[in-house]
Amino acid sequence: MTDRAPAGPASPPFRPSMLIYDRRYRSMTFQVIVFIIVMSLVWWLIGNTITNLENLGKDIDFRFLFSRAGYDIPQQLIPYDNDDSHLRAAVIGLLNTLFVSFLGCIAATFLGVAVGVLRLSNNWLFARLMTIYVEIFRNIPLLLWILIIFAIFTEISPAPRAYRGEDAQNLFLGLIAPTNRYTSIPGIVAEHSPGVLQIGRIAIPWLAILFLGLLALAVVLRRWINARAQRVQNRTGRRPTTWWINLALFVVPPVAIWLIFGLRLTVPELTGFNFSGGINVDNSLVALWLALTLYTGAFIAEIVRAGILAVSKGQSEASFALGLRPNRTMNLVILPQALRVIVPPLISQYLNLTKNSSLAIAVGYMDLRGTLGGTTVNQTGRELEGILLMMLVYLAVSLMISGVMNIYNSRVKLKER
Amino acid sequence: MTRSVFIGATAAAAMLAGAGYAAEGDTLADVTGRDQLICGVNAGLVGFASPDANGNWTGFDIAVCKAIAAAVLSDPAKVKYVPTTGQTRFTALASGEVDVLARNSTWTFSRDTDLTLDFAGINYYDGQGFMVPRSLGVSSAKELDGATICVQTGTTTELNLADYFNANNMSYQPVNIDSNAEGEQQYMAGACDAYTTDASGLAATRAAFASPSDHIILPEIISKEPLGPVVRHGDNNWGDIVRWTLYALIAAEEYGVTSANIEELASNSENPEVQRLLGTTGDLGAMIGLDAEWAKRAIKAGGNYGEIFAKTIGEETPIGLARGLNAQWTQGGLMYAMPFR
Amino acid sequence: MSEMHAESVAYVRDTMLPPAAPPNQQLGALRWLRVNLFSGWFNTVLTLLGLGIIWFLFDHFWPWLSHSVWKADSVQECREIIAARYGEGATGGCFGVIRERWHQYLFGFYPRAEYWRPLMTLGLLFIAITPVLFSVNPAIRRWVLAVTGLITLLLMGVAEVPDWAVLLMWALIGTALLLGEYAPQRLLIFTLFYPVVGVWFLWGGSLWFPLMLLAGFGVGYLATRLVPPRHAGLALPAGIAAALIWWLFLAGPVAGLLGDLAPARLRVIDSNEFGGFLLAMVIGVSGIAMSLPLGIVLALARRSDMFLIHVFAVIFIEFIRGVPLITLLFVASLLLNYFLPPGTNFDIILRVIIMVTIFAAAYMAEVIRGGLAALPRGQFEAADALGLNYWQAQRLIVLPQALKISIPGIVGTFIGMFKDTTLVGLIGLFDPLKGISDFVRSNFAWKGIYWEPFIFVGAIFFVICFSMSRYSMYLERRLSREHR
Repeated sequence: MTDRAPAGPASPPFRPSMLIYDRRYRSMTFQVIVFIIVMSLVWWLIGNTITNLENLGKDIDFRFLFSRAGYDIPQQLIPYDNDDSHLRAAVIGLLNTLFVSFLGCIAATFLGVAVGVLRLSNNWLFARLMTIYVEIFRNIPLLLWILIIFAIFTEISPAPRAYRGEDAQNLFLGLIAPTNRYTSIPGIVAEHSPGVLQIGRIAIPWLAILFLGLLALAVVLRRWINARAQRVQNRTGRRPTTWWINLALFVVPPVAIWLIFGLRLTVPELTGFNFSGGINVDNSLVALWLALTLYTGAFIAEIVRAGILAVSKGQSEASFALGLRPNRTMNLVILPQALRVIVPPLISQYLNLTKNSSLAIAVGYMDLRGTLGGTTVNQTGRELEGILLMMLVYLAVSLMISGVMNIYNSRVKLKER
Repeated sequence: MTRSVFIGATAAAAMLAGAGYAAEGDTLADVTGRDQLICGVNAGLVGFASPDANGNWTGFDIAVCKAIAAAVLSDPAKVKYVPTTGQTRFTALASGEVDVLARNSTWTFSRDTDLTLDFAGINYYDGQGFMVPRSLGVSSAKELDGATICVQTGTTTELNLADYFNANNMSYQPVNIDSNAEGEQQYMAGACDAYTTDASGLAATRAAFASPSDHIILPEIISKEPLGPVVRHGDNNWGDIVRWTLYALIAAEEYGVTSANIEELASNSENPEVQRLLGTTGDLGAMIGLDAEWAKRAIKAGGNYGEIFAKTIGEETPIGLARGLNAQWTQGGLMYAMPFR
Repeated sequence: MSEMHAESVAYVRDTMLPPAAPPNQQLGALRWLRVNLFSGWFNTVLTLLGLGIIWFLFDHFWPWLSHSVWKADSVQECREIIAARYGEGATGGCFGVIRERWHQYLFGFYPRAEYWRPLMTLGLLFIAITPVLFSVNPAIRRWVLAVTGLITLLLMGVAEVPDWAVLLMWALIGTALLLGEYAPQRLLIFTLFYPVVGVWFLWGGSLWFPLMLLAGFGVGYLATRLVPPRHAGLALPAGIAAALIWWLFLAGPVAGLLGDLAPARLRVIDSNEFGGFLLAMVIGVSGIAMSLPLGIVLALARRSDMFLIHVFAVIFIEFIRGVPLITLLFVASLLLNYFLPPGTNFDIILRVIIMVTIFAAAYMAEVIRGGLAALPRGQFEAADALGLNYWQAQRLIVLPQALKISIPGIVGTFIGMFKDTTLVGLIGLFDPLKGISDFVRSNFAWKGIYWEPFIFVGAIFFVICFSMSRYSMYLERRLSREHR
């Protein structure tokens, strides 16, 4: 293990038996043997596959990806119809996977932190309710939760028909129509629209780009203003009030866009069988998202609780002694320290959530497994290519998430000097 | 079995597998050697394949398996039923995991050619239809423009649905569902305006509702779904056995051979076709590597085609399907057994 | 001093006042309420919210549950009974399906007459794992053995197994209790043989096959012993080679021979008759048991300072952890036949167990790596200082401690895996959640039943997983005490 330069005058001449008995060579020998074994195993598997494919009269051919898919996908982030290729269907599926995973991770984090903190609260009833929630969700398979939540959604919300006729149900706030197939929310249209940016078949409204640009600018500015306030405080001991500038940064641009371009909401309208005019968010997406959130949230809550408990009691006592109120103690003293313990297991929960989203097919949400690994494989009979490709894509996604999160982790990690 | 457990465990330990059943080659020899027919079936479809509380499988597709087992192994009970999903069925067949697939699979060009399978015949002519609640006030599928439609994902129904709406210049919103149970639940709760699947499945689903009369099955049948048993491409003798076992059941109905009168007819039938079918004269069985009485046993196992139909999905059962296209050609249907000669 | 003081002051109390009773608001239930539920506006809001949630759940689910029907033979009958009892339009649960089909949810198609075998396997499983998992505290061990034994006997009663099986189980539990009391180490011998007994009970056939399989390990060990100490480096390869030769060429014939001499046969049960929770348990337990050694090797490999070994381990672990289990199950059901030699075709359940084992091994490796990392550096150094070689150090010093720290993580992995067994339904096996329910619904009598099986299956999953997670918490508490 340790480097020890040979102290002897000259190393003895090499003999074959040294390959086994000499520590310097033994690890070499061992590695070579393992390498040969692994490679021959891989070769064996590949050889078998080739023989088997020959016997079945099949070949490995990815051209099926460019043939017509022929099936429809309910939820799509970029345009798609059944005349598009299987490849595009797979991309739609991948985007759907990423979309629900992204939403799920964010929501599960908020939920998990809230529940983890509340479980430690001194409210007897709520702490117990949270414990029940955590235990129930952690100990029952996710597949069951997905099915149950989807079914509950369908059962309790009215059909679109209920919004029509004599005793019609009113839209929630006059804007939102929850139905048993989707929730119809208002869309936004501009009176004086500056048009859209067309990239292939994807159309992005310039307004959205403008809005996001201004938002990014606001974030940068806010950071700069706060840093400046900190410098002033360090120099003079008085912190200039910045809250109104910060508020204005985030409020003024949207309002300006609103007024200049004449934005307005389009209220969903019931036409024929369904609502149109607004944006219909499919229940399968919402149910899957909710199930993933609740399930992963329960695990994150446990991680957060363990993280908080790992911060020594002296820290909170010291903080109370300094006169900090409980919520500030939590925000300023405990959570930052707990974060170090929390982040690594949190990463693996994010990965789990992303992988678990592959259960989406249970509620008919067409994710990567539903498109590429489901219908496409079924229609084309190319299971070898389809499933290997799907595994590689999932692997790439997982590696990307863990890569990004590991960078974050190394930033919050305690810097030991 | 012990052998395969043993082999499997060894493989797990050493990643070396011994020889199991042959994927290619002589299926008949495999089946007789094993003294068991392995039949790939649907994991649960009302009327077609369903295990009861004691684990005994019954149904329309199951009857085909039993008939083949009776013909080949002289015992309709010598069948191992391997449940398959829509996704695993053809792989299971191609890899030799099952000897025959009796799982409401549609005969299509690409399956027959590209997937190197052989359809041995058709035991049920189905078609895709729509079911809607009566209260929707729809009487034709042409009025479904803009409707939300529940469709099982990964099946040909999904493609047919897309094609139908394309062809009629209509739009629809698919609600993809994973299994029939979810489909029913969604449809019942009103999450979709219409539910589409094979007409036989619609009939069964409708019959199980609390008030079946509140739902109607629209007259349009938007696709042809010829369902039949499937075997591997290349083993022609085995394909012949499956095909002619099916024809024997159909022919038996045509000639009036039932499980009740089969013994009597075997001894005293005047009809030469019946005599050949039941092995009283000639030796058709030898031509496919079986004995003379193979067809007789197949028919005795569950009755002729008509009896099987009546017992599993016919009008007397809760599912209540009419014969329709599946009547004998003499009755205006499409069931037409090739001559036994 | 005090006397002087007493005289110089006009009035002074010379006895203690009895403590006054606290004000009413600070007393009893009221005080408890104030402190625990209404100690501020935020807490009050939370409490009201909590009450609201409870009421909402109760209001929505109670009517349905309270209208449950247990004695019915079909959904239609249920509907009639509910309509008759609670009026038209009332809805209620139809748990008749559970009453009629519970055994399929538990055992799948396992023949009814043989239910004693899986139940016995379950009971023996507890006996086998108690000396491992509850090794320290005899009181806990006693308790666990007694309770699990009782559960097994209860299940046997419900499943109506033959009397002699019940008696046998009584005897076995009694023996285990006695052994646990006086010679706990002896129980470990049983643990060693349990896999053989379990496999034999579940699948049947000749006892000698699994026994000979186990004997392979003995043969391998013997071979390592027979290698002269001069060539100690050859011991491991020799052992592996001997075991392989045994498994491939000798085990089968020897088992056959012994089977002829002393037949110990049970009725053979095909894997495809397994289903329900039996299937979940078989996949879960065998997956975890086989993944443990694999996980240890992988964890050590990942920490190894041999470059290639480390790289292989990292690639393997990250690959498996990076893909969803369902894709691995697809590999088992769709692709494994491509990867193995032409003509190979073994049971889908074994294929699934292999993939689940590989999957669990990657997770297990990370859990154990965590345990290894948590071990103080001094332990490794001490082992080096004693002059132990790598394997001695691992076997005698490092692994026993690291594994002990990892047990909560291992149990956690097991819970996760046990829940994930529901995914096998997606490849056509009869998992309790979807597989069994789908075929139960394919019977016309139960067509359209939706919630009841989910509730039943969910409840069983909850009970099993919850007790396991409690156990792991108990361990964590005990371990954290020990490490203080």
